Amino acid sequence: MKKNTFTTIWKSNFTTYGIVLLFFAVMMILMATGNLSRLMRGQLVPICAYAIMAASLNLTVGVLGELSLGHAGFVSIGCFGGGLAAALLHDAGAGELVCLAGAVLAGVLLSTLAGFLIGLPVLRLNGDYLAIVTLACCQIIKSLLTNLFVGRDESGLHTGFLTQPEGVAADAFVIRGSQGLRNAAVIDNFPAAVVLLILCLIIIYNLIDSKSGRAIMALRDNKIAARSIGINITSYKMMAFVVSAAMAGAAGALFGLSQATVLPGKFDFNMSVLILVFVVLGGLGNIRGSVIAAALLTILPEKLRFLADYRMIIYAVVLIVVMLMRNSTVFHGLGEKIQGLLRRKKTAGSPPRDPDTDPAGKEG
Amino acid sequence: MDFLSNLVNGISLGSIYAVIALGYTMVYGIAKMLNFAHGDIIMVGAYVCFYAVYHFGLPGWAGVLLAMLLCLILGVAVERLAYRPLRRADSLAVLITAIGVSYFLENTAQLVFGANNVFFPNLFEAEPIRLFDGRLVISVVTLASIGICMAVMVILTLFIEKTKLGKAMRAVSEDKDAARLMGISVDRTISVTFAIGSALAALAGVLLCSAIPSLSPMTGSMPGIKAFTAAVFGGIGSIPGALLGGLLLGVIEVMGKAYISTQLSDAIVFLVLIIVLLVRPTGILGKKVQEKV
Repeated sequence: MKKNTFTTIWKSNFTTYGIVLLFFAVMMILMATGNLSRLMRGQLVPICAYAIMAASLNLTVGVLGELSLGHAGFVSIGCFGGGLAAALLHDAGAGELVCLAGAVLAGVLLSTLAGFLIGLPVLRLNGDYLAIVTLACCQIIKSLLTNLFVGRDESGLHTGFLTQPEGVAADAFVIRGSQGLRNAAVIDNFPAAVVLLILCLIIIYNLIDSKSGRAIMALRDNKIAARSIGINITSYKMMAFVVSAAMAGAAGALFGLSQATVLPGKFDFNMSVLILVFVVLGGLGNIRGSVIAAALLTILPEKLRFLADYRMIIYAVVLIVVMLMRNSTVFHGLGEKIQGLLRRKKTAGSPPRDPDTDPAGKEG
Repeated sequence: MDFLSNLVNGISLGSIYAVIALGYTMVYGIAKMLNFAHGDIIMVGAYVCFYAVYHFGLPGWAGVLLAMLLCLILGVAVERLAYRPLRRADSLAVLITAIGVSYFLENTAQLVFGANNVFFPNLFEAEPIRLFDGRLVISVVTLASIGICMAVMVILTLFIEKTKLGKAMRAVSEDKDAARLMGISVDRTISVTFAIGSALAALAGVLLCSAIPSLSPMTGSMPGIKAFTAAVFGGIGSIPGALLGGLLLGVIEVMGKAYISTQLSDAIVFLVLIIVLLVRPTGILGKKVQEKV
């Protein structure tokens, strides 16, 4: 540890905020000068949403050290809950920002509740078993949402589960089973999305740098040692998990409102994995890395569109090659050089990379 | 009679899950990795068999053998190229690589075979068996799935218990370094594991697609996750566990569809998994590992 740990941490955190603000400024300038394609314009809010999802998942996987394959479940709860709240606010004549704020709030509340209910039993498990149970929870949430019907008209809310409620006009539905969420008004507000992203980053960084954050990292590094010095494992695990779920809900509401329709099938295992890829490529415990990886990997497939059918194959190959380069002994020299260029110093939250002590490497 | 028919169908589906789950559980037991690309090997196997039989006119059994052989090579190649360099890396890196391989297989298949569903004609042309004056009809695919699964289980158990290679596998799964000190080639043992798992996946793919009966590049994805669930259900790393987990999962899925709700059958399967894991955190037949400081 250096002498000025405190200043180092703050410098590192402000670099992240700076990067986000710089991204915001560049995009705003590009937009004002008309240099931003429609396609990219439509990606801006999803990029912020993905960045929040990645940063929040990093809290579970990197900082807490528990693998979750069900992050998309919390995102979908936020997305559908937020969409419903926004539709109701929109009907009441609220403005765009009020709708968005209401949606995010509803998304956070619902996914916090879900995170708590799921975390309560599930966090007793460890390692791969925890991973499979979070995956199972995500699938259950998807199944439930696929069969949920919520419509509203003059006579109030109509809800149905498995069957569509009778006597409700087709366009009165907000959530309509497998056809998913249909937004009354698409809210695609980039500045608001950036504000939400920075807000989430502030919360995550403050949590990591707090006493609770250090306790969470202590139990990641050695559960038994942490318990022996009086850290309440269950409550700190729960804290990280629920905060992570809550932010996923916020990201879901943000993402959902930026789209005209969202299908419940979108939030499946592949979506969870996509977010996990952001986290792993960005570096475990490295929040800034997650945000950058989320942005780059959302833009990359769009930029590869000219490759048409080969696009996803190249994405897959890039993924495999990057993982090999970062970890294999064959590519070690090359990999280290590239890694050195990418991030010159480790951030405070970064866990040790040594496979023997790495929490993710649960070998024997 | 409906109950009996559902039970048979459930056991048949469960047998297919069990054969797939074997691949997951063996690889997990020996290489300690979650091979998420396993589900897509199923799809590759089914496509190979489909083209061999319906475009090149091979007999059904030859198509199945060809599919098993090609998938065996594919499985070993994937292990050699993508997983072996990561032997000492942390498990999350291996997991992401496996997911990359899965994306690669799915999208290459989409490019080569097209994204649309193709009709997978039944390989087993014999008449279905009718019992109780035709009130219980059992198709040959159903019987074949159950029979093949049982045969695979017996052969595999004998292989692991009785042969030298099987002993090496048990040794590597127990302690890699100690096995190496005893002169066992860990890399070769892991390759053999992948070979067996992938060949079985191809077999399961043909059975699965004959039962559905359709095939697309995404065919393997959901059965892959279900089979993985089955492996965890029975206790991952345990071969009898894979059988038990697969059968239970298949029966629960079919029964859930028949008696509770068609749309919610997946949710029911995963809910039961969660409940089982909460009661027995390492699966039904899983070994409890003592946590050490």
